[in-house]
Order: sequence, then structure tokens, then C-alpha cells
Amino acid sequence: MNFNQAPAPFLKPLTSVGAIMRQVLYALVPATIAYVWFFGWGIVIQMLIAVVFALAAEAMMLSLRGRPLRPFLGDCSALITAVLLAWALPPTAPWWLAAVGVIFAIVFAKHLYGGLGYNVFNPAMAGYVVLLISFPQQMTQWIAPDFLIGESVRLSFMETLQAIFAGFPAGIDIDAVTAATPLDHLRTQLSQGAVIQEITTHPMYGMAAGHGWEWIGVFLLLGGAWLMYRRVIKWQIPAGVLLGLGGLAAIFWFIDPSTHASPLFHVFSGAAILGAFFIATDPVSAPASDKGRLIYGLCIGVLVYVIRAWGGYPDGIAFAVLLMNMAAPFIDHYTKPRTYGHERP
Amino acid sequence: MAERLHRFRGGLELPGMKEAATASPIRVMPPPKRIVLPLSQHIGEPAKPRVAPGERVLRGQMVAAAEGVISAAIHASTSGTVVAIEDHLVPHPSGLAAPCIIIDADGRDEAIEPVPLSDWENRDAGEIRERVRDAGIVGLGGAAFPSWIKLSGNRDQPLDTLILNGAECEPCISCDDMLMRERADEVISGARIMLRALHARHCLVAVEDNKPEAAEALQAALAKFADPRIELVIVPSRYPQGGERQLIETLTGREVPHDGLPLDIGIVCHNVATAAAVHRAVVHGEPLTSRIVTVTGGGVAEPCNVEARIGTRMSELIAFCGGYRGDVARLIMGGPMMGFTLRSDDAPVIKASNCLLAGTAEEFAPRRETLPCIRCGACADACPASLLPQMLYWHTRARDFERVQEYDLFDCIECGSCDLVCPSQIPLVSHFRYAKTEIWGKNEERAKADNARRRHEARQARLEREAREQEEKRRRKLEALEKMKSGDAKKAEIAAALERAQKRKEERS
Ligand code: SF4
Ligand code: SF4
Repeated sequence: MNFNQAPAPFLKPLTSVGAIMRQVLYALVPATIAYVWFFGWGIVIQMLIAVVFALAAEAMMLSLRGRPLRPFLGDCSALITAVLLAWALPPTAPWWLAAVGVIFAIVFAKHLYGGLGYNVFNPAMAGYVVLLISFPQQMTQWIAPDFLIGESVRLSFMETLQAIFAGFPAGIDIDAVTAATPLDHLRTQLSQGAVIQEITTHPMYGMAAGHGWEWIGVFLLLGGAWLMYRRVIKWQIPAGVLLGLGGLAAIFWFIDPSTHASPLFHVFSGAAILGAFFIATDPVSAPASDKGRLIYGLCIGVLVYVIRAWGGYPDGIAFAVLLMNMAAPFIDHYTKPRTYGHERP
Repeated sequence: MAERLHRFRGGLELPGMKEAATASPIRVMPPPKRIVLPLSQHIGEPAKPRVAPGERVLRGQMVAAAEGVISAAIHASTSGTVVAIEDHLVPHPSGLAAPCIIIDADGRDEAIEPVPLSDWENRDAGEIRERVRDAGIVGLGGAAFPSWIKLSGNRDQPLDTLILNGAECEPCISCDDMLMRERADEVISGARIMLRALHARHCLVAVEDNKPEAAEALQAALAKFADPRIELVIVPSRYPQGGERQLIETLTGREVPHDGLPLDIGIVCHNVATAAAVHRAVVHGEPLTSRIVTVTGGGVAEPCNVEARIGTRMSELIAFCGGYRGDVARLIMGGPMMGFTLRSDDAPVIKASNCLLAGTAEEFAPRRETLPCIRCGACADACPASLLPQMLYWHTRARDFERVQEYDLFDCIECGSCDLVCPSQIPLVSHFRYAKTEIWGKNEERAKADNARRRHEARQARLEREAREQEEKRRRKLEALEKMKSGDAKKAEIAAALERAQKRKEERS
């Protein structure tokens, strides 16, 4: 009797790209709910817009490049790009912002580099940076957490929808519903010579890093921990980012706590936790080895602090990640692990 | 000795899939009608036939002798008549045919008179080794390296530890497990003989913790022999625990140098089934003519372990186990991680056949579509050799074989761990095998080219030398002529040199 031949191993594969990416999406669910709780429905609408355009752009690029649609759409990587970009947008940003960002991310940052696995830059962050540079005003008009503006002016789902697709509804004062984020606020206040202790008495600062933001941070942390537990991501990159950022913040805070925010503030504000667990961990654009990844994470953390403290932008995750993306091959080269049975260096 | 176990890097927790074949005791299969003995069942040179077609042979009679240093003898596994020495399909990944001695059994299964070496305890190491060599024993764990060579120890360095590998980490395979359960005495006796041959201080018998029955049986055998040098060690079940280098790391925390052997760190590793075969060869004078094969998988009616004659064709082995069941997609020799598929069940059981796996389509799904590498690093985490499979893959695809070697391709043990965990479902091991063959091919080519170049250079050198010699002759002749012409030439030369020296002096001051 004759049989077909095939190469080993013969066991069924243990996982798939789609399964991994889907778990990353699941891990974002609790934090997304918290986001909705504090900032209204905006983020969900942004996600839907981003996802629609991302899938359309992905499908278009795949067919242009003559690739099969099904396996590549099933890998869910475009979905991740869309969702992460939506997280980075102000919840009431106009719809075309998400569309432009995600199309740039998928078409330029991903497919023109060769598609899944070949992109040098994290697509979501590339898209975000393009938006930030091209549309700085729209990108920084952040909605205030509900409690600051009071239940009375809280945007309903329909009002949010209208704000996104047709501009803020008449009768709603934009200034009343938007506010600088704590990071922004701190930055402007510091530049005006105020000291931290008095700045942070503003109610928006909440317990540590901004009312609402800190809770979202906690849920992101939980999601990240679950991903580590599921072994979707490993600890090196997140730990590196948080240590780099928190460590440097701690040093300056220790030197002068009146002009430098606490490490807790830095870690829980802005996109630090999101970046540490969900953005910098994008494997494609990160170094390959454990040691390399730890170095990569640390450098991102340090860069984030440097950009926040001395750079031109209130938050620096996107720039830090993109900069370190460029350094990844270099890190790879110097962190090749020692092979079994070879001399210890 | 092994009070503290170490942990080898990487690896996987895999399902055992061994229950089906361990539910019943080892079944001894009677000799089949026809025996097919490949001349190359081991690592090294093929054996050289010692019989001719038409000759009658007995069980245990040597039919092919070891050829060269690394080789192993082959014995008839039942009595009968040699009908041919010709190419026959052999179990090899290539699916090709190779020279085999084919014997038609006469059904009497007569054996040659065994010559036991019963007083082996007083024999010296050389005699034991010779016996092992003449019995045609090779590593029965699947590697099939001639065992007597690995019983030679090292002259410069006293051997510290003999490790008997009973880990059997690969899913589906249970032949060693059943052997240890039922014939633990033979294993321990074999260990004692090996200790004598090696002059080793002690012996560790390593068994994975998913084989409690085997461990118990070994413990009982140890109590019987009461040999304080031999110790049973239970190691964690983790693939590839049974890999020689991984097991050594688990037991001793030491690594075998990448370009060396376990011997270099005072260790020798043998499979438990090899130890049992050594016992039979020495104590009973029986050469290796049968082995235990696990016959399992969803595609076989009665999964079990069979003691089968070497040379039994797989088709008959399957028939002995109730035949095929359902739709068999693959017939695999070895386990589902490191085995290879057979083109046909006409291939015979050889000394390296530890398992015959008849897998249905549901058990072993055909690979889904491969995606590009997303550099997730799962493969690197799983690699027991601390390689970066994603980099190896990348450079293999680019056909940059220099870089592939810089990333230590040749330290890959082809365990398949990386392959299994890859979310993009890339057939990594296939790529690495391909890269290895390419590089071997290239090296061969280069060696050939080097030879040609050396020959060319030698000729060139000879021509040049001849030309130089002629030139030299001509010059000497000319010089003699010059000398005769002018005796003043020399004086003029000296004056010129002095002048030059003077000039230089002035320039400097
Ligand atoms: S496991 Fe597969 S996808 Fe992940 S890095 Fe390795 S080769 Fe690439
Ligand atoms: S097959 Fe090779 S590269 Fe892959 S895990 Fe095993 S040793 Fe490492």
C-alpha cells in the first residue's frame, strides 16, 4: 500500500497568527469599556470607522499585490492596527482622521514595505504620527472626562456620532466638552512656571495620573497581564518600557519633585501602558531575542520620558516606538543569544 | 549524584498519545514469510554481504559484516534461504530503494548455537566491546550509531557517567516504556555490562515522570541487582527531554561542546533498549535480530508494542496488529515530531524502527496556508539549542548560506519544536534541512574545486620553477661574461655607493 509523503513534524500546529491577534483584541476589551465609561462612546465609533477602512485598504492592497485574501484577512493584523489607531485618536475627532490614518498605516507603512511581517515600522504608530504632524489641532482636541463637565453636557451616543461625522452639534460648546489631557495641562503649566504640587491640585489629576486615565491604565495593565499569562507577549518589552520611563522619571522626581512629575504619573498617563503592552510589543517591528527586547523596551521608555520632558510633544510613545523600530536590526545584531554548546562570551 | 535536576532551555509540553499502545503487554510476532535486511541500517558504511543467493542461513547467523570502522554487522533474523541480494524499498526519508539481503523463511526458525560470555565480569573491556560489535548492536533509540564505538570510553580522561536514556519524550512512541516495564532486569544487567566496558564510575537511568510503571519496574530490578553504582532518576516530561544533549543538561547541568561529544565532558549516553540488547548479546550470546516496535495511530486496528524480527515488512507488521483502520493519511516511521513518512508499507523494520505510526487525516491535519514570519519569537523560545529559527528561516529564504551558518544552523537538532509553535505555520525544519543539504552540496563542490585548483597550482608551480631555473642559468652565464669583460666595474660600483651614502648624510644634517 502506498502513502503520501510529507515532512515532519506531523502534529497539528499549536496556534495561528489569527488566534494570537484575536487574543490581543480580547485583552483590550476591559480597558475599552472603561474608556467608554469615562469618555463616552467616541472610541467605539472611532474603532468601527478605523476597522472598516483598514479592512478595505487591506483587501485592496492584497488584491493589488496578487495575494490571497482569506488567509491574510483572517490573520486579524489589520484589525489590530485599526483598533490601536482608534485608541490613539481623540474620541470625537472627525471621521476622516481615522480613515486617513488607517489608510496610511495599511497602504504605506505596511504593504509598501512588503506586507505582514515585513513592515519596518509599527503601522498604527506610523499612521498616528502622520496625523499628528498633519492635523495637530484635530489630534489634540481631547474630550474631557464626564465628571469634569457634568452629566448635563455629557455627549449622548447620537451627539458623539454627529460630532464625528458632521462636526459638533450646534448648541454644544466645544470648549465646554473638551479639555487638555493631564499630560498637556502639566506641560503648559510647567512652562508657565507653576510647580507640580499646585498644578496637580486640579481635579482632573485624580489620584495619580488623571481622573479616568488612571483607571483605563489599570484595565490596560490587567489586559497586558492576561496576554503575558497566555504567553502572547513576554515580559521583556513591557517591563523595559515601564522601567525605562518610570526609572528615569523617578530620578528626576527625586532630584526636584516640584518641576518633575512623579513616576506614577508618568507611567499611568498618556499612552504609556497602552504602548508598553500593546504597541511596542508588536513583534514584527521589534528585535528578535529576549535580551534585545528588554533593551528595546528600556530605550523606548527612556525616549518617552525625554520627549515628554524636553521634546515638542506632550506624549512620546509613537515617536519613541518608531525611532526604536529603526534601531531594531542593530539591536538584533548585537544581542544574538548564545547557542547551546558554544563558548560563553 | 543527580540530587538536583537542571532544566534544559526551550522545549514543549506535548500530549503523550501513548495510552493506546501501552494498554496491553508486548506482543511477540512470529517470523514472517519473507525477511528484507537492508545493508545500511546504521550510521556509517553499509555492511558487506557474507552470503550468496541460494545459501541457507540460521537465525543469528551473520549475513553481512561490518565494513570499515563505523559500521555494523547484520544477522539473519530467522532461518531460511537467501533468495536475492538486490535493491528493495528501505525506510528512508528519500523513499528510495537500497541494497538488501532478502531471505525466504522456512518456518523452522532455527538458530545458531549461542555462545554466551557468561563470565563477562572477569572479561576485559575489549572482549565485551568485541561481543557487542559482533552482535550488530546499534543505538536503538533511533540514531542507530554502532554501539561498540560508544563503549570505548576515552583514553585520556576517566569516564564519569553512563547515562541510560529511557526518557522517550516523543509523543506516540512507547517501545522503551514497555521494555522497561517488562524487561527492566535486562536493562539493568545491560547497564552493568556497559559500566564494565566503559570503566565508568556510575550510571544514571533517566525516565520521564509520565512512566511510573517503568520507573517502578526499574526500581525493583535495581533492588535485585543491588549495584550501588546505578541510580534511577525521574526527569520531567518535556519534549525533547530524550535528546542526548538535553538529557545531559537536565541531569548534570552541563553542556556538550557544540563541536564535541558527550565523551568530552566524561559522559556516554545509551538508550535503554540498547542496554537490553547488550545484555542479550553478552549474557545469552544472542545477536540483534529483533526489536520492539510501537505500532500505533488512529489508522491501525490494534495499537500495541510488538517484538518484531528485523526485516519484517511494515505491511505484515500492520497486519499482525489487526490491519489498517479507516482512512490512513500517512505512514510514519518514528514519532510525529522527528519521524519521516514512508512511501509504501513494503519497507522493512530496521534496527532504528522504534515506532510505526499510521495516522489518519484528522490526527495529522495537513498544513494550513503559511503566512509570512511575524517575528513573534515563539520559535526561539521553543528552541532547545538557543537558536533564532526566525533568522535561520529569513536567511535560508534569501539563500544567504553564510549568514545561516553564522546563526549556527548546524547546531539545529531538527527537533521540530519551532515548527510546531510557529503561528504562521511555516515549515521551518524543512527549510533548515534544505539549507543543510545545500551547504553540504556546496562544500562538496568546493572540495572538488579545491582539488582541481591544487592540481592546477602544482602544475603552475612546476612550470614556474623550471622557468626560474633556466633564467638563473642564463644570468650566471652573463655574469661570468661581464666579469671577464671589466675588472673595474666593481670598483666603480663601490665608489658610487660611497657617494650615495655621503649625500644622504648631508641631507640629514
Ligand atoms: S514562530 Fe514563526 S512567525 Fe514567529 S518568529 Fe518564529 S518563524 Fe516567525
Ligand atoms: S528544529 Fe532546530 S531550530 Fe527548531 S527548535 Fe529544534 S533545534 Fe531549534
